[in-house]
Amino acid sequence: MIDLGYDAAHMLGAVVLLMSFALLYQRRLFSLLHVFTLQALALSATAAWQAFSHDEPHLYITALLTLVLKAIVIPVVLHRIIVKMNIHRTIEPALGIGLTMVAGVSLVTLSILLVLPVTEDATALTRENLALSLSVVLLGLLMMISRRNAVSQVVGFMSIENGLILAAVGVAGMPLVVEMSVAFSVMVAFIIFGIFLFHIRERFDTLDMQKIESFRGESD
Amino acid sequence: MTMLLATLYQIVQMLLVLALAPLLTGWVRLVKARLVGRRGPSPVQPYRDLLRLLRKEVVLARNASWLFRAVPYLMFTAIWLAAGLVPIFTTQLALAPTADLIALIALLGSARFFLALAGMDIGTSFGGIGSSREMMIAALAEPAMLMVVFSVSILVRTTSLAEIADFMMSGVVGLRISLALALIALIMVAIAENARIPIDNPATHLELTMVHEAMVLEYSGRHLALVEAASMLKMLLYMGLIACIFVPWGMATASAGVGQGIVAALWGMVAFALKLAVGGALLALFETSIAKMRVFRVGEFLGGALLLSLLGAIFLYVSRGV
Amino acid sequence: MSVISVIVATPLISAVVLALVPGWKLASWLNVAFSAVTLIASLVLFRTPPSSSPLFVVDAFNIYLIALTAFVGLTTSVFSASYIGHEVASKKLDAGKLRFYHAMYQAFMFTMLLALSANNLGVMWVAVEGATLTTVLMVSLYRTAASIEAAWKYFILCGVGIALALFGTILMYLAAQPVMGPGMAAMTWTELMVHVARVNADILNLAFVFLLIGYGTKVGLAPLHAWLPDAHAEGPTPISAVLSGLLLNVALYAVLRFKMLLAANGGAIAPGPLMITMGLASLLLAGLMLYRRRDIKRFFAYSSIEHMGIITFAFGMGGPLANFAGLLHMAMHSLTKSAIFYAVGHVAQVKGTQRLDRISGLTVSHPVLGWGLLIGGVAIAGLPPFGIFMSEFLLITSTFAREPLLAIPLTLGILVAFGALVLRVQQVCFGAPGGESAPIRGSLVPLFAHLGLVLVAGVWLPGPLVAWFQTVAALLG
Repeated sequence: MIDLGYDAAHMLGAVVLLMSFALLYQRRLFSLLHVFTLQALALSATAAWQAFSHDEPHLYITALLTLVLKAIVIPVVLHRIIVKMNIHRTIEPALGIGLTMVAGVSLVTLSILLVLPVTEDATALTRENLALSLSVVLLGLLMMISRRNAVSQVVGFMSIENGLILAAVGVAGMPLVVEMSVAFSVMVAFIIFGIFLFHIRERFDTLDMQKIESFRGESD
Repeated sequence: MTMLLATLYQIVQMLLVLALAPLLTGWVRLVKARLVGRRGPSPVQPYRDLLRLLRKEVVLARNASWLFRAVPYLMFTAIWLAAGLVPIFTTQLALAPTADLIALIALLGSARFFLALAGMDIGTSFGGIGSSREMMIAALAEPAMLMVVFSVSILVRTTSLAEIADFMMSGVVGLRISLALALIALIMVAIAENARIPIDNPATHLELTMVHEAMVLEYSGRHLALVEAASMLKMLLYMGLIACIFVPWGMATASAGVGQGIVAALWGMVAFALKLAVGGALLALFETSIAKMRVFRVGEFLGGALLLSLLGAIFLYVSRGV
Repeated sequence: MSVISVIVATPLISAVVLALVPGWKLASWLNVAFSAVTLIASLVLFRTPPSSSPLFVVDAFNIYLIALTAFVGLTTSVFSASYIGHEVASKKLDAGKLRFYHAMYQAFMFTMLLALSANNLGVMWVAVEGATLTTVLMVSLYRTAASIEAAWKYFILCGVGIALALFGTILMYLAAQPVMGPGMAAMTWTELMVHVARVNADILNLAFVFLLIGYGTKVGLAPLHAWLPDAHAEGPTPISAVLSGLLLNVALYAVLRFKMLLAANGGAIAPGPLMITMGLASLLLAGLMLYRRRDIKRFFAYSSIEHMGIITFAFGMGGPLANFAGLLHMAMHSLTKSAIFYAVGHVAQVKGTQRLDRISGLTVSHPVLGWGLLIGGVAIAGLPPFGIFMSEFLLITSTFAREPLLAIPLTLGILVAFGALVLRVQQVCFGAPGGESAPIRGSLVPLFAHLGLVLVAGVWLPGPLVAWFQTVAALLG
């Protein structure tokens, strides 16, 4: 029978996952930012829906924070950074987009296989949410590994955080502390990334990490 | 009695699809034109084009084989039949027991096969390019389509289109991720199969961008009319398919009395016309807001469709149990 | 107001104060003063009984770590006060950066002390993340190409680790929630210890894996250690000292808290083998890498990886003797490694370079410093009569008694590292003096204070301390 609450939460979580795949697919930096905005919007919708259906008002705050910070502030500022620093606008994926997508699907399968058997006791919604959010985290990791541009690595890191927020809102009754901490990490991570992107740009003429890594003195 | 009614509906459907297909194409062109600020051709223009082509003389290349002459008829028949199978305004069709998703894909596949052969038949380079590109697209789009079929069939436990439509209308299903993913994948495949932007430009004759047009470049006269009609039918078919599986409400189902049944069927036609109008407008909107992809990126696009449908199938097992 | 809240609040207040103080000399002495206050408060903590509130927990395990952190924080601030004068003179740092540095130093102390005393798993996570962030900012302080790259790598790797640790924390809550009900109780460590036996073991296992990988990245366990050498080499030396001496301990503390939870649940997997594997891998890898290092700070950074590997191995083995050895090693390593970094800091200043092949003959050109570094190197290599020898000996003998096969790679790793350390330290300290030679401009007191403590601990451990380690060893299971 139709359980609208279940289905809506389910659907919104899936949209977040879909956006993770879309992030892997992009070749241009601006479209990457747009997709990231969409993911943040879906995430705040999920949080708001959870707040509504499980009667947890503190999740509305999370939804609002996600909306303001990740859907508005961060994409706008990253956009400005890209424009101001004249960053090379196309992303060269290390693996090739097709292969990356295949890796993405295998990671999703892996996370489903990992989470479902373990969480037999929990409710169906929690189990799926956990599987979805682990997938989003793993896809974010894949994105960080398979991209060379520093901005796309930042977006990958942010999408890992999105996955974590998805997990946190999915588990019923999680206290505000963890949500605040997730928001906190977003804020501060952003500030730092901002500083770094600025300084990396100041020091190097490119944000291509492969060229930066030649400076690495690891062999020392 | 029901058998008679079903046969009647079937005949009406075959004629209806033939009648509506050019109108759909005209409607899409009109909306596209209006969106970019032109006045656009009248929606009945495709009818006039088809009639004009039927009256014209056929010009054949000297080395055209019998295949070249036969393909338009074969293609048209296959697609017309396929369009007749998909329940669009009622599920009570005479051919409903044979209206199987896999049979549908087979019909479409054979039509594509013949057309590709015809493209290569004359031996021009345009035809060769078109056929090879078409086959590359097909190689990626068909698996995606099949995965969509699998996802939907596993959910509904049947591949019969009429039963799928009934099941979806009964409201047992609810919102499911797998269906959403399957819908997106099917839309992507439909765009690829119908040679719309971003895969192929239906209005271009530039070698760099042609796929479908390149294959039919050599056709003229009534052959061209049949091929054009077949593509229009194909677009109607895909829209009807999406409507049947994902938005089937409005269709007539099994009902008690004859009078009720006919009224329901009429309402079904109205609903279908509405769905076509909305679908055509959305297609036009999509086409005007996106640029055509470079050919080598088509693989990524369709690979994405395949992966989405694969994900949809995987998610069937994650959700509330299959 | 409880003592523990004073301990945690002092660095926070001082961070705010130091952010406002303009002159760096004043700031550095205020830094020392605040650190001293923290240390005194932590010594007072020994007199108070163990307690737990929703926010803080004070038990036998974290009391000594808190005291150790406060102590090393104080000595490092003394070292820093004398060290940065030279950095300012050589134009590597300016007043603005120093203000930032001092504020961040105290903020870092705050986050570490909060992590050590937190009862709420979420707060602990936030604190460890805060510690990562403050150190990332400090590693990039010099704003050179290499330091920015090191800080970026550090941030990315540890950021990902922290994210995985958060996922583990969420899973832990998920496991606890059906048993303990939703809300704060399921996130509080003391409450969890009471109820964890009834918790679903599968989720607990999965959570622990994520937590081990996540916090393990911050401990510097192989194969997640890639950030450690760069971060140590490129940051200011006082930061290298506290990174090695304190932050690695705090991360391992977090892992151990979760290990204790897992131990209390019968159905959960034994975390021991996992920790043993990672510990041995770190030990062997670091030991081998020690031979090829050319930069003195990287060299000792790998030595930190090696020692954290030994400590993780010890806790993985479990049981009273191995746990005791692990706890002792944590303390000894903190003191010795920070002492070495003080010496290295001075060496880098007087020689003007960090490259090992350009430094030699220190005992001739700068006798006090040279002998200090030599003693430190000998101590960290594990020679008697220093404390590290004691803990390594305890560990090796207990491993031989229980799992002789494991003792072989353990001993092998220790010997490999020993060889490299002795080789390099001898090369640096003896021989003809080469390269530049400036006079020492800092205090050598912290260096010898630490070495003195390590020497004393190697020979005689005070009774109460032994009793305490034994209590904690029993707690750790």
